[in-house]
Amino acid sequence: MPAARLEIKELSAGYGPTRVIENVSFTAEAGSRIAVLGRNGVGKTTLFATLAGQTRRYDGTIRLGDVDLTSMDSASRAWNGLGFVPQSRAIFPSLTVEENLFVGLKGRPRSALREAYDMFPRLYERRANSGAKLSGGEQQMLSTARTILGKPTVLLLDEPLEGLAPVICEELMAAFSRLASNGEMTILLVEQRIQSALDFAERVIILERGRIVWDGTSEQLAADRDTVDQLLGVASVGH
Amino acid sequence: MSITNTSATIIQPLPAASSNWLRDLVGIAIILAAAIVGYFLFPNNLALLTRMIAIMLFVLSLDLVTGYCGVATLGHAALFGAGAYAAGIAAAHFGVTEPITMIAIGAVGGAVAGLVSGVVILRGHGLAQLVLSIAIIHLFHEAANKASNYTGGSDGLAGITPDPILGLFEFDLWGRTAYVFGIVLLIVIFVLLRILVRSPFGLLCRGIRQDPVRVSAMGASVKRTLIKMYVISGVVAGIGGAFNAVSTQVVGLDSLSFTNSAEALVMLVLGGVGTLFGALIGTIVFIGVEDFVSAANPFHWLTIVGALLIAVVLFAPKGLYGTAAALVERYRKGGK
Repeated sequence: MPAARLEIKELSAGYGPTRVIENVSFTAEAGSRIAVLGRNGVGKTTLFATLAGQTRRYDGTIRLGDVDLTSMDSASRAWNGLGFVPQSRAIFPSLTVEENLFVGLKGRPRSALREAYDMFPRLYERRANSGAKLSGGEQQMLSTARTILGKPTVLLLDEPLEGLAPVICEELMAAFSRLASNGEMTILLVEQRIQSALDFAERVIILERGRIVWDGTSEQLAADRDTVDQLLGVASVGH
Repeated sequence: MSITNTSATIIQPLPAASSNWLRDLVGIAIILAAAIVGYFLFPNNLALLTRMIAIMLFVLSLDLVTGYCGVATLGHAALFGAGAYAAGIAAAHFGVTEPITMIAIGAVGGAVAGLVSGVVILRGHGLAQLVLSIAIIHLFHEAANKASNYTGGSDGLAGITPDPILGLFEFDLWGRTAYVFGIVLLIVIFVLLRILVRSPFGLLCRGIRQDPVRVSAMGASVKRTLIKMYVISGVVAGIGGAFNAVSTQVVGLDSLSFTNSAEALVMLVLGGVGTLFGALIGTIVFIGVEDFVSAANPFHWLTIVGALLIAVVLFAPKGLYGTAAALVERYRKGGK
């Protein structure tokens, strides 16, 4: 299934009476790679959780290709192609790696596990280990691979590099780039490691207090040191 | 390891998978051995062992929803009792006395009760779920009591006279036929359940127990999956209830009691949840101890059973099977 277009219009969401994201609108074209950046607590994770149907939406619409996801529950959104790899990784600790992957197959044949092992050969080596016995990096690989097996057309990656060693980060980012380059997925990435995000994404959206305050290309952001400093709290990027 | 190598070896079974099958075979061998030992050791008490088999099926069914799906329930006897009454009413009022057909009718009765219970109980979470399950068992109990024309009310449903099994094996006074029939049923269902819990559906249920939000985000309907498991659980409990009706030739209101539900939960916790083996061991130990202690000390046997339960929960929180399995695992690792 080819990558799909994700269109978000005037989306507001939050928890209980608290609105965390307000009037967010943007379109991710099919096959695009977008980084969603911002300081801690600006609503990045809430935005992804809302897209995945896990928070309370107050206003706005979400369309994936020709399908309106707005009133769908989390499971239906996933069936329609929205894949979400949460910050918590959310693997099943008592299941083995292979059993975790089985759960993500969504009715596909067992042979489809090959895709996960091709993407992360380390998981094949650990396939009989329980999820609880994996390192943080391996858990992230497992969480990502399990979502990929569901053949999403739009993939949301929420801080996949958090707490991981640099060598594992490189391995993961290389895998995400391979996924993006084969044109089967539109990928949205929330990441605190600004350089990794800019290397990966072609477009960047910056959130501040739940609203989009900057939208442009990675190159534009890398060249705009004032914006980086002001909105992301980072003195310099990459150079 | 290269990607090519990974692709080439993917279809090979996991070591864990082969050890699962080995564990199943050992489990079946132990059930068979215990059945044979029980047959020769307690020839005059086969009725108790047969009752144990019916309750094992009931506790196995509870393990499916509580151990594998994490659903808290104190109303599971509704499924067991529904199976018992369905088979009993079919025999006593409609002349369906062929034992295997009675078991099938019990399975359908249990499935329907499972569907109804599941739809109601799964609307709540945590304590609300527990309260709903208690309400369900009381409603089933009261319905059976009121429908006394069919169920016999508080007098119980009598007049169940099953035919010989397959027209060949007549139910005898010593309970040998019922016992062997029960062992065959238990082994067949146990094997099917072991396959079920290792299937993608069974893994999905285990995933739901650990993180329902995540399972939902992966595209699976949590409620639909749980209701399916509730119906399967109802089939197993219904078979247990129907077998109880066939073997005792009577169905009492106690089969639909809160006490019955609570005892099944105690047996499951005693043996260990989420393994199926624990359900078997918990039932044997609970009913065995209950029978032995109540005979040895008719006045204080409940105190002794209570003390045993406290000891198990405090010192072996994974249950008897779970603790034994953990000790074996530790011994194995220590030996390497």
